[in-house]
Amino acid sequence: MKVTMQVNGAERTGDVEPRVLLVDFLRTNLALTGTHVGCDTTSCGACTVLLDGEPVKSCTLLAVQVDGREIKTVEGLAQGATLSPLQIGFHEEHGLQCGFCTPGMMLVGTALLEHNPNPTDEQIRWAISGNICRCTGYMNIVKAIQHAARLQQAAVPAGGVK
Amino acid sequence: MFPAAFDYRAPATLDEALGVLKERGDDAKVMAGGQSLIPLLKLRFAQPALVLDIGRLPAMNQIARSDGHLSIGALVRHVDVEHDLELAKQTPILGEAAHWIADPLVRNRGTVVGSVCHADPAGDWGSVMLALGAELVARSASGERVIPVAGFFQDPFTTTLKPDEIVTAIRIPISSGRAGGAYNKLERKVGDFATVAVAVQVEMDGRKVTRAGIGLTSVGPTNIKATQAEKALVGRELTDETIREAARLAAEAANPKDDIRGSAAYKKDVVRVFVQRGLHTALGRAQEVKA
Repeated sequence: MKVTMQVNGAERTGDVEPRVLLVDFLRTNLALTGTHVGCDTTSCGACTVLLDGEPVKSCTLLAVQVDGREIKTVEGLAQGATLSPLQIGFHEEHGLQCGFCTPGMMLVGTALLEHNPNPTDEQIRWAISGNICRCTGYMNIVKAIQHAARLQQAAVPAGGVK
Repeated sequence: MFPAAFDYRAPATLDEALGVLKERGDDAKVMAGGQSLIPLLKLRFAQPALVLDIGRLPAMNQIARSDGHLSIGALVRHVDVEHDLELAKQTPILGEAAHWIADPLVRNRGTVVGSVCHADPAGDWGSVMLALGAELVARSASGERVIPVAGFFQDPFTTTLKPDEIVTAIRIPISSGRAGGAYNKLERKVGDFATVAVAVQVEMDGRKVTRAGIGLTSVGPTNIKATQAEKALVGRELTDETIREAARLAAEAANPKDDIRGSAAYKKDVVRVFVQRGLHTALGRAQEVKA
C-alpha cells in the first residue's frame, strides 16, 4: 500500500505491506534510526514518536494507520545545528547514561512542555511513566525536562504566547 | 516482531465498514486504537485475514450527553476521558479509571469501546461499565441493537458481539439524583495489568441506596459483576456494617488464580478491601453532588 506522511516537516512516501509497523518504516524505509526498538511489546517507550504532536509507541502502530498524518522523531528536534530546549536540557543536566531511552524521553518531554510549560516534578514523572530508563537515570531526566522548561519560559516574555 | 500478513481496509464511512464486515466478518478483526490488537497480531495470537481499521470513521470521537445518557463514541480514547473535566465532576469513576490504564502513551491511542470489546478479564473498562450499568450500541448491515454490558462477556477475549457487528458507542445512564463511584486498582508498576481492581457505583435517595453496581477486574475469566453484593446494598443505608457485608459477598464472587501477581487468597482479600474503600469513597462523592 502507498503511504504518505509528514515526517519532521517533510513529506515522505513509501510502498509498504499493511503489517509494517511505523517504527520499522521509519528505521528501514526512511533510515531514521534515532527511533529505537526496545522491548517491541508496548512496554518500554524507546520507540516513542509524536503523532500529530502526541507521544505514541511506534512499535504499536501500523505505518498505514499514519497515512496523511504528521510524525516527529528525535531527528526533527534540532533546527540545523541549533538544539531544541529539551536537547539542551538533557546535555546540561546529564539526562542520559547509555542513551537508548533518550529519544523517547525527549519527545515525551517536548509534548509535555507544549501543553504544560511549567510542569511540577510529579507531572513530569507522570508524563514519562510510560518510558523506561534501564540505567535508572530518572533523577537527571526530570532535571533535564525542568531545565528545558526554564529555557522555554525565559525565551517567552511574561504573558507572551509561545 | 511483526504480524502475519493481512489485508487492510480503512473505510471512510460506517456503511462501507459494515459492508466489508458483512462479506468478511468471520475472518476479520475490527481495529480502533490498536493498542490491544497490534500486540496480539505481533505475537501471532491473532492472525485475521483482514484488519478493518475504523480509525478514519467520522464523528465517532465524541462524548455526548442526551436524554439521561452519556454516550462515548467508538473512537474516544482513554486520554479523552482522563482529561474531560466536566466528566470528572459528573461521573468521577470514568476519569479515575482512565488515569490508571496502561501508560500515557498507550492512553493516547487506545479507546474505551475497543477495550470493552477486547474483553480482557484484566481490562479496566469492563468492570467500570458493569458498575455503571452501561450498554453497547452495535451496528451491522442489517440494523442496530443495544447490548447490556452485563451479559456481554462470555469468556476471556470472547463476547456476544457478532462477526458482522461494530460497536459504535457505549451508553451510560446518568442518574438525575445523587450518585458516586470509585475505581481502585492495584498494579505492580505503571503499564502492568491490574493485580486486582474494583469498580463501584451507587445511586442514593436520601441515605438509602437505590442502585448499586460493582465490577471486578483480574479475578476471573471475565470482568465480574458482583450481583449478590449489589443486591445486599439496595434499599439499605451505607453503614460500616452494610459495606462490610457487601465487601464479603463481592470477595465470594471473585474467582482468582494464583499467579506471579499474587495468590488467589490474597486477591480475594484485596477485592474485599477495595469494595469497602470504594463504597466509602462513592458515598462521599454522592454526598458532594447537589441533588
